[in-house]
Amino acid sequence: MKNLIRTAAFLKPYAWQVIATLVMLLTLTGLNLLVPRIIQNVIDDGLLRGDTTYLIRSALLLLGLGLGSALLGMGNRYGSEWVAAHVGYDLRNRMYDHIQYLPFSYHDHAQSGQLISRCIEDVRAIERFAGSSIPELVRFVFLTIGILAVMVSANATLALISLLPMIPLILMTASFGTKIGKLFFAVDMAVGEVSNRLQENVTGVQVVRAFAREQYEIRRFEAANKDVFVKWLHVIDEWAKIMPTTNWLITIGTILILYFGGQMVIDGTLTIGAVVAFNAYLLMMAEPAQALTGLVNAGGEAAAGAQRVFEVLDTEPDIRSKKDALTLSTLRGEVEFRNVSLKYQDEKVSSLSDVNLQVHRNQIVALIGPTGSGKTSLINLIPRFYDVTDGAVLIDRHDVRDVELTSLRRQIGIVLQTSLLFSDTIKANIAYGRPDATDEEIFAAAKAAQAHEFIESFTKGYETIVGERGVTLSGGQRQRVAIARALLMDPRILILDDSLSSVDTQTEKLIQSALDVLMEGRTTFVIAHRLSTVRRADMILVMDKGQIVEHGTHDELLARGGLYKEIHDLQLMQRDGFEEAMIESILTEKPQHENTIIAGRSNSG
Amino acid sequence: MTTKIIPPTFITQSEEQLDKGYDPRVAQGLMGFVKPYYGQMLFALALMVVVTAASVSGPYFVKLAIDEGVNAKDPIALRNIVLVYLLVSIVQLGFNYWRVRIMSRVGQHVLYDVRTTMFAHLQRLSLSFYNRYSVGRVITRVINDVGTLREFVTWAVLAIVRNLLGIVGTLIAMIALNFKLSLLTFAVLPLMVFATIAFRKAARKNYRKVRAAVSWANSILAENVNGVRVVQAFSRQQRNHQTFSGYVNRYFLETSLDAAWVASLFTPVIDVLGALATALVVYIGGTAVLGESITAGVLIAFVLYIDRFFEPIRDLSRRFDTLQSTMAGGERILELLKTPVEVRDEENANEMESITGAVRFGHVSFHYSDDPALVLDQIDLDVKPGETVALVGETGAGKTTIVKLLARFHDPTEGCVLVDGVDLRTVTQQSLRRQMGMVLQDPFLFNGTVKENILFGRLDAKDEEVIAAAKAVGAHDFIINLKNGYDTSVEEGGVTLSVGQRQLISFARALLANPRILILDEATSSVDTQTEHIIQSALATLLKGRTSFVIAHRLSTITNADKIVVIEGGKIVEQGTHTELLTKQGVYYDLYRTGFQE
Repeated sequence: MKNLIRTAAFLKPYAWQVIATLVMLLTLTGLNLLVPRIIQNVIDDGLLRGDTTYLIRSALLLLGLGLGSALLGMGNRYGSEWVAAHVGYDLRNRMYDHIQYLPFSYHDHAQSGQLISRCIEDVRAIERFAGSSIPELVRFVFLTIGILAVMVSANATLALISLLPMIPLILMTASFGTKIGKLFFAVDMAVGEVSNRLQENVTGVQVVRAFAREQYEIRRFEAANKDVFVKWLHVIDEWAKIMPTTNWLITIGTILILYFGGQMVIDGTLTIGAVVAFNAYLLMMAEPAQALTGLVNAGGEAAAGAQRVFEVLDTEPDIRSKKDALTLSTLRGEVEFRNVSLKYQDEKVSSLSDVNLQVHRNQIVALIGPTGSGKTSLINLIPRFYDVTDGAVLIDRHDVRDVELTSLRRQIGIVLQTSLLFSDTIKANIAYGRPDATDEEIFAAAKAAQAHEFIESFTKGYETIVGERGVTLSGGQRQRVAIARALLMDPRILILDDSLSSVDTQTEKLIQSALDVLMEGRTTFVIAHRLSTVRRADMILVMDKGQIVEHGTHDELLARGGLYKEIHDLQLMQRDGFEEAMIESILTEKPQHENTIIAGRSNSG
Repeated sequence: MTTKIIPPTFITQSEEQLDKGYDPRVAQGLMGFVKPYYGQMLFALALMVVVTAASVSGPYFVKLAIDEGVNAKDPIALRNIVLVYLLVSIVQLGFNYWRVRIMSRVGQHVLYDVRTTMFAHLQRLSLSFYNRYSVGRVITRVINDVGTLREFVTWAVLAIVRNLLGIVGTLIAMIALNFKLSLLTFAVLPLMVFATIAFRKAARKNYRKVRAAVSWANSILAENVNGVRVVQAFSRQQRNHQTFSGYVNRYFLETSLDAAWVASLFTPVIDVLGALATALVVYIGGTAVLGESITAGVLIAFVLYIDRFFEPIRDLSRRFDTLQSTMAGGERILELLKTPVEVRDEENANEMESITGAVRFGHVSFHYSDDPALVLDQIDLDVKPGETVALVGETGAGKTTIVKLLARFHDPTEGCVLVDGVDLRTVTQQSLRRQMGMVLQDPFLFNGTVKENILFGRLDAKDEEVIAAAKAVGAHDFIINLKNGYDTSVEEGGVTLSVGQRQLISFARALLANPRILILDEATSSVDTQTEHIIQSALATLLKGRTSFVIAHRLSTITNADKIVVIEGGKIVEQGTHTELLTKQGVYYDLYRTGFQE
């Protein structure tokens, strides 16, 4: 409820429209109340007096009222929908923008599907509530007050008697509204379970088939399906109870009016016309009263939606530029970590602890170490995707927390582990960080990233749409587009997060040579598993359990005989084992090829 | 905004596809699911006739009460009429409750049946179906499309009958009361029908646009939320916001306003028509009362009937709309159910006896049903029990197809696959696959605990056996270090396992199943060196003592194999041991020099 009131703040810019809508609604209700009165007069006066002109006048009046209330009804309905649509528009904009600025740490825990449904479905629920439920509620209140006043002033006793069934009706619908919400929630949960079962079954179809588990899966699905069935029945049983009952209560109202009103007419204390009018008023109120059910429902949905919307909007993006943040000019590219520790929210162990590091301008730094040793955590601190828990990250001797974020990130080029492209042309994807780049610049970046050739091989070239609904690129092709995208930024600092893990050997060689160009004259951080990549670095950081356990050049680290050497030997062992077996076999069986093989071996390092 | 915003065509197209007209064949197909419940539906229909009659009689009772009770100044008649009215309304209440209960149960039963039938069918469809159908599409069929069917079954079909009954009943009552006045009311009818149809048309068009707006916004949001790290890394927030508020969201707003405009036009127009009918009845009927050709009660009853006459027409148009929108969904459901099952058990299929694991491919060729190009061409292969076969070749050469034929995910188009000398087509799939294990390239784990995932290999295995399997493949150590050990949940939001860890769990799963024949598609994605080492030794454990087919990417796996089979363009170009093939200096030798090297 509190959240619904908060959404009312979004009405502020449209106060004038809201007032106009309300005025129209009020007038409309007044006109509606006149109709039974006219019919009453027709019956009592027109018919009794035998006055034909009175009949014509009444008929024309009815028609006029009909036209008038039609116009007002139109205005009122459109007005409220207009306001609601604009509130929805504003909310969606706010949400979208807010989500864009929420930090990585938020998105690590958020489920994207949920965020999207908050933006769309929840905002729609609020819209619906504001656009039709609230006007309906207001109309109901206006009508009830008006009808009560008219009826009581005409005949208080009959008014009380005839409105008696409205009390259980309203109580029933209200309790139905609260109950049905929970029941529907149960249905949603059950459907969610069915959908989970299905998703798993389809994703794991090969496993299911391979282990011949079809019957087992069918049984599990049937159980979930049965649950949906049962949960729906609960909903429907409530419906089956309330729908006929409300209709019946209204009929009871008519019966009461007929009986008691009829008696009064016979006694001469009331006119027939008044009885008819009473019945008409009762019917008039019945409709919105029945709609109360839907209203309670919509209110519940909107309140839940509003709560979820505000949950997002109330999350402060804690990574943002300070007010007096320094706007960086072109960086030299020096990076320093000073006693840096990082602990992610909800995690027990620190991902980085007490890391110290000094990187000079244009150095190439390679990071190596087991999964989870903190390599990605370390590089994520440089563009300030996360804030350190302790210590400081400095770029050109400025703490990253003191500089303007955009001016920092614009000078950092990142190629992430999985290279995500957007559903757009290849050109737009490359120009993602610099939408104003010229075609020549884009081509040059693509050429440098070894991507130009395969892009040109598409019929539409750079205008080829990629992504979900376009051409599917292979992992290596995506990777190269992502590299071109980073290169176009002409970054002073380049970060490559394991960019080569998902490509085959041939492509790796292509990309490797692209990267060599890319790294020239920039400070570069590269995470890699393969030693061939690591070897050429100016500095190798060996990480383990959130710490830099060794650092130095390839030769230095080998000489040291630590973890680096261990990893190195493991990798070599795999390859050498193979080569030795091969050399042996060839030496024993076809000695004439000895030279080629040995040459091949020395080439590969 | 002067320029019209137009959403991308893939959005509008998919919305148009959704918008099918009424299709009698689809309706017929769907009615097949309703058939088992015809008896109950007929009964509900009978109840409905009673309910409608009772409901239509309401204004008539009002007329009776006024004419014969009030105007005749007969309190006893009034009391009797009102009592009968009350009785009738109670009957109506009871029957109505009964009817709604029956019908909604029928509806839910039908939906339950449809979902179960679909799921069971999905279990039998071949894997090539899943290559064409994404997970999302399958879920949309079974959840969303069946959801729209609910409208069809529960509401549309019966509501149409109910409304028709209501119209006919009211018609009869009005004509019986006074023919001339009925004609008067009917004069408004064509206008009413015309307005309704025009409105529905406009509303449908708008509704389609609103849906397009929603799916456009959804897809833009999905992309940007999933790619939010890239958005931030490239500082695109401002530009994205301009696109969103200026195009996508603006389109959303405009379509909502268009829809609001049409919607706010409809009710008032109908109300004016209602007012017109009432005015006519008041004037002409009133004059008739004065001329004493009808009673006041008839006039009053008529005013009440007008409302009851128009309401079902409005409702009918709404229902017909729903009916139409269920057509597309219904068609897709039927389409899925009609997808032929490619691999099925023969009627006289035997249970596969316990096998030793000898495998033979005899002149096997294969192509997919929708593509005549041969994927496998005359494959001959003989594997003794316990041998490890490494399949080597480029992507698309046919390695995966070979193992899929062995697991009988497809049947060969020519030749035969024999296990222990038995043609796979003569035995049941279940009995065959129970003796086979499979480890996929991307190890798939189900939502659930680590233990449950290992247990999937053999449901009745004891805890000790699970642990033993995990130990054997070297997974035990990392598992006990997880938050809840073997009971750690691996679902979304649960613990995140690395690729290597997931591989080890899937090894344990396969080991627990203890198959005679093992199919293994080695992962290409790199894992860190230490994990790689564990995986290597786990593989050795896994392959020991069983016939294994390995789509190999690791050098050590290839060199250790008993037989290396080199495949190119769907054919076996070389086979033999590592040494033999190197000596031969053929394709394998070349592959080694260019591809296998680090």
